[in-house]
Amino acid sequence: MATRIYVPRETAAVSVGADDVAVAIARHAKEHDVAIELVRNGSWGASWLEPLVEVVVGDKRIAYGNVDVDDVPALFAAGFLDGGEHERRLGPIDEIPYLINQERWTFWRCGLVAPLDLNDFLAHQGFKAFQKAVELGPQGVIDAVKESGLRGRGGAGFPAGIKWQTVADADGDQKYIACNADEGDSGTFSDRILMEGDPLGLIEGMMVAGFAVGASKGYIYLRSEYPLTHRILTRAIALARDNGWLGENIDGSGFDFDIELHLGAGSYVCGEETAMLESLEGKQGIVRYKPPLPAIEGLFGCPTVVNNVVTLGSVANVVNLGGDRYASMGVDRSKGTLAFQLAGNIRHGGLVEKSFGVTLRELIEDFGGGTASGRPVKAVQVGGPLGAYIPAGQLDTPLDYEAFIAIGAMVGHGGIVVFDDTANMALQARFAMEFCAIESCGKCTPCRIGSTRGVEVIDRMIAGENREENYDLLLELCDTMEDASLCAMGGMTPFPVRSVLKYYAEDFASAVGVDE
Amino acid sequence: MNYEDYDTQVAGEIIAGFDARPEMLVQVLHAFLDRFGWISEAAIRQLADELNISRADVHGVVSYYHDFRTEPPGEHVIKVCAAEACQAMGGRELDAHARQQLGGSNVTLEPVYCLGNCACSPAIMVDGKTYGRVSNERFDDIVAALRGNR
Repeated sequence: MATRIYVPRETAAVSVGADDVAVAIARHAKEHDVAIELVRNGSWGASWLEPLVEVVVGDKRIAYGNVDVDDVPALFAAGFLDGGEHERRLGPIDEIPYLINQERWTFWRCGLVAPLDLNDFLAHQGFKAFQKAVELGPQGVIDAVKESGLRGRGGAGFPAGIKWQTVADADGDQKYIACNADEGDSGTFSDRILMEGDPLGLIEGMMVAGFAVGASKGYIYLRSEYPLTHRILTRAIALARDNGWLGENIDGSGFDFDIELHLGAGSYVCGEETAMLESLEGKQGIVRYKPPLPAIEGLFGCPTVVNNVVTLGSVANVVNLGGDRYASMGVDRSKGTLAFQLAGNIRHGGLVEKSFGVTLRELIEDFGGGTASGRPVKAVQVGGPLGAYIPAGQLDTPLDYEAFIAIGAMVGHGGIVVFDDTANMALQARFAMEFCAIESCGKCTPCRIGSTRGVEVIDRMIAGENREENYDLLLELCDTMEDASLCAMGGMTPFPVRSVLKYYAEDFASAVGVDE
Repeated sequence: MNYEDYDTQVAGEIIAGFDARPEMLVQVLHAFLDRFGWISEAAIRQLADELNISRADVHGVVSYYHDFRTEPPGEHVIKVCAAEACQAMGGRELDAHARQQLGGSNVTLEPVYCLGNCACSPAIMVDGKTYGRVSNERFDDIVAALRGNR
């Protein structure tokens, strides 16, 4: 019988050679007349171990980490088809501490299944949540989501159940589900791992949302920086459609739903929900005034649920297992789990799904193994480019939306970017303003002009011109941007800047090498 | 990368493939990029005509988004991630190295703000394919392989 071998087809794994490893394994097996069945799964999210190859031996999946093309002949020679000993061998996948110490509510199928194998999906609870939703009825689904306490995972943290109720109650024959897959924050890749590892799970989440609010059409707005994700989603949507899981009268329920996949075009601000809606309408991604909320007047003026990929991906199990189960995890008003993403200067980078309440230190030290460089942590940016830089002294802060707001930071989409003590934080403050200047949609003045002035002021501080006066001026500029910007782009760019002023002011004197 | 010269008939077929829906403008522009490599004035004129929107609107969209280049790219396009996770792993140094290596070559070098490969930083994208853990040496190997494949 052919031995089954899993090699991930996921951007991070492929970026460090997974495709080449898959080809080398297939070629070696063919040349030596060994029967194998090569399966391209999603990633488990332990990116630091990629390419992570698994061999099915009996009822176990034996993992081999950081497999290089050059290792392939030696792995065969070591009998890896029988789980043989080799320096790359990590043991059974379900005994790897990095993975078993997580709480996989949303990402449980990632790595486990072949993402584009409908039977594999169906064998792993696929579309069970949709069927249960039909039994519960629309209001029953919304009540379950409300009970779960699930908040929007894109960063804003708005309660999903309340948003769904608003759209369900809104007048209108046509309503939409708009899935925000414009994962632009540096340090984040959980949407991508979910879409590449469990695309049918996302489709099911959108179906459940559509059923609950009475929407017959869904859009996925995917960033163009994810070409592999685009190929996988395109095939998954076609697969669902060809098998009657999208289209008319799905599964005999009388419910019609279909999904259209749109690509973004390299604009960060299109991750803001109203800019995304503009872009979905084929226009410049310029932020809209709110109100009206998208739940009332969203895409093409119709009531629209705008939810992040992970939010929608979390819904299936809320329906399957009950909102109370989800709400039993986490802390205070931060219920359930978040897929944290360990990134930047970290030894064990990757995705860690844990209940809220875990501390930064547990994530960075216990899961992450400290910095990749082995040097001390200097700063941690949580929540993307608009998130504050958190000094090493605050690593014991629990990950909780409100606890983070209390220290002037934000959880956001759960990205955690670690910097060691060689980083110059004045350059990071400058970058925050520069990034805002590059990505501002231009609609409001504080963001469009303020960011450019911010870069100039920081450059003067770095050059040593009137450093104290410019320090005060920069704070004042931050006030203006925060108070008067239309959206989070200009309104939160001051967060990282202020944190640098507060904790790393001495770095302005030592910053060098800004080249333009 | 192999791109075709702009051809109004091919372009018209692409637009028709999207049922000439004006809300598909961003998607049509992507299809043009895939086929022709860049967005020309001729493309903007044809899009305006066939989607029944003004040239100013099309121009506005083209110029708004980073992806829609209005000049032909070099033979290869390398995007170096310039965002925070990569900065924390020497992205600035990699960018400087890339500029030094590729200055005056037929490779278009561009910054990109996050490839979503932040656990394998620093990252680059070469002709649409993402590479992670890119040291200067690995960068040179990737570029050498590109040149070998010409």
